[in-house]
Amino acid sequence: MTALHDAPPAAAQRRPPAGAEDGDRSGGSPLRRALAYLTLTVLAVLVLVPFAWMVSSALKRDNEVFAVPIQWIPRELRWSNFVEIWERIPLLTYLGNSAFLSVTITLLQLLTGSFAAYGFAKVRFPGRDALFVAYIATIAVPWQAYMVPQYIMMQKADLTNTYWAIILLQAFGAFGVFLMRQYYMSIPDDLCEAARIDGLSEYGIYWRIILPLSKPALASLALLTFVNTWNDYMGPFIYLTSNELWTVQLGLRSFVGQYDAEYAMMMTGAVLSVLPILVIFLLGQRYFIRGIATSGLK
Amino acid sequence: MAHVATPPATTAPPHRRRAWRDILIGWSFILPNFVGFALFTLIPMVAAFALAFLDWDSYSTPEWVGLDNFQRLFSDENFHVALRNTLYYALGHIPLTLVAALGLAIALNRKLRGVAFFRTAAFFPYITSLVAVAIVWNMLFNPTAGPINQLLEALGVAHPPKWVASTDWAMPAVIVTSVWRDMGYYMVLYLAGLQTIPKEYYEAARVDGANAWQRFWGITLPCLRPTTFFVVVMLTIQSFKVLDLIVVMTDGGPGRSTLVLSQLIYREGIIEGKFGYSSAIALVLFVIVLTVTVVQFRINERRSAR
Repeated sequence: MTALHDAPPAAAQRRPPAGAEDGDRSGGSPLRRALAYLTLTVLAVLVLVPFAWMVSSALKRDNEVFAVPIQWIPRELRWSNFVEIWERIPLLTYLGNSAFLSVTITLLQLLTGSFAAYGFAKVRFPGRDALFVAYIATIAVPWQAYMVPQYIMMQKADLTNTYWAIILLQAFGAFGVFLMRQYYMSIPDDLCEAARIDGLSEYGIYWRIILPLSKPALASLALLTFVNTWNDYMGPFIYLTSNELWTVQLGLRSFVGQYDAEYAMMMTGAVLSVLPILVIFLLGQRYFIRGIATSGLK
Repeated sequence: MAHVATPPATTAPPHRRRAWRDILIGWSFILPNFVGFALFTLIPMVAAFALAFLDWDSYSTPEWVGLDNFQRLFSDENFHVALRNTLYYALGHIPLTLVAALGLAIALNRKLRGVAFFRTAAFFPYITSLVAVAIVWNMLFNPTAGPINQLLEALGVAHPPKWVASTDWAMPAVIVTSVWRDMGYYMVLYLAGLQTIPKEYYEAARVDGANAWQRFWGITLPCLRPTTFFVVVMLTIQSFKVLDLIVVMTDGGPGRSTLVLSQLIYREGIIEGKFGYSSAIALVLFVIVLTVTVVQFRINERRSAR
C-alpha cells in the first residue's frame, strides 16, 4: 500500500518532464504514434460499446432494439421516449429520493469523517493507534457478513422502511476517516504546532488550517461517497419497501421486472439514471482518481 | 507516515494534566463518528459472530446451540451450490480483471495527447450504477437477438450460448460483465504503480537490446509486484462477497446456477428471518476471505524476503 500511496496520482500528471515511458520513445515516429492511437481507439470502442448501445436503444422503438442486423443509429430518433418515461414511472420522485439520500449521507460522512480524522492524525493520546487499527480492520470485513445483525437492529428499532436505516448505516463509514487521515498525515505537524503556539485551540486548527488545506481530499471523499450512495442497490433494496421512498435504482429495477418487453423504455431509464453520475464524474474526475490512487479503496 | 514520531514541543508543564487534556480532545474529535461506527458497524460485526452459534428465527427466542448451525450447513445443498458458484465466480473474476486492468494500464501509460480521455472512458464503467449495467448487459447477452450472439453468429458460431438464460452460461455472462465493470478501477491502481518505475530501467534494458516483451517480464512485472499483490487481495475480497451484481442481473438463476454465498445469507437471514443460520453462513464466508487473505500475505512476505 505504501507504494501506491507515494505514487503520483495518475490523473494529476500533466506535461511531464522529458523522458519517455516504455513503448513510446520520446514521442516516437509518426507511424508509432498512429499505431498507439489505433490501439487506444480500439480499446476505447471495446469498453464503450455497451454505452453506445444503451444510448442508441434508448432512442428506438421497443421492437427495433433487437433488430437483426443491429442498427447502431436508429432510423428515426425517438426523443419522445425521454418525455414518456416521466409519465410511465414516478422518475422525478425517485431521482429526488436518490439525491436526498446521497447529499445527506455525503454531508454527514464529510463532517464526521474529517473531524474524527483530525483526532487520529494530529492529536496524540493513548489507545489512539489501536482504535485506528480497529477502524481499518472493519474496512476489510465484507459488509455481507454483518448485514443480518444490522437488519435485526433496524427492525427492532422500527426503522425499516425509513431513510433513517440507510442514513445511519452509511454515514459513519470507516472509509471516510481513513481517507481523510491519510491526507492529514501529509500536512506537516509544524504547521499545527505553530498555530498552537499562536494560541489557536485544536478545534480552531482543524477548522482554520487543516480543513482549508485538505480541500482535494474532501472533494475526493465527497465524490466517492455521493456516487456510491447514488448507485447503491442493496441498502435501499433491503430496507425500503414503499414505492414513494424508492431510489432511482430501485425504481428502474422494478420497471424492468414489470415491463420486460419495453426494451427501449428500460434503456431510456438507464440513460437517465446514469446521466447525473456522468456529469458529476466529468466535473470532478481528477478527485475521483486521486481518491482511489491514494487510498486504494472504494 | 513520517510525521507520527515528532514529539510535541510543549510537554514541559504539568505532565498529567496535559495527557488528560489530549485524551479528552482526541476523543471529542473521534466521538461523533465513533458513536455511529460502533453502533452500526462494530456491534453488528461482533454480533454476527455470536449469532452463528444461536438458534434464532425471527419468531423464536434465541437459544445457544453451539455448532449445530454449522452441522446443518454442511448438509445443506444450497450452501454447497452457493460455495461452488462463489469459487467459480472468483476464479473467473480475479485473473480476468487483473489481466484486463494491467493491459489497460500499460496501454494507457503513454504520453500522448488525449490519453486522459481514454483513461476516463476506461474508468467510467466502474462508477456506472449496477442496475444500468445489468439492464444493458442482460440485453447484450439476449440469447435470440442480442448483439453478442449476432456477432458470434456472424463469426460462424452456429449455436451461440444462451448466456443468462442457460444454467451453464449464466455465470460466464456475469463474470464478463463484472470484469468490464471493475477493470477501470484496478487500472487506476496499476497506473499509479507504473509511474513509480524509474525510466532508467527501461533505458538500460534498451541499451542491452531487450525487446518489449523482455522489458515487460524483466522490469514492468517485477516492479509492479507490490501493486499486483494489493490488487489481488482487493479482488479476492471483492469476488468472495459478490452480491449486488448477481441480485440485479440474474437473481441467482436460472435455477441456482448463479446463487452465491452472500445471496444465500441475504435469503436465509433477511427474507426467511433465520438469523442464527444465516450468520453461520456469514461466518464461513468471513473465514474463507480471511484465510485466503492471510495466505496471500504469507506468500507475499516469502517472495519479498527472497
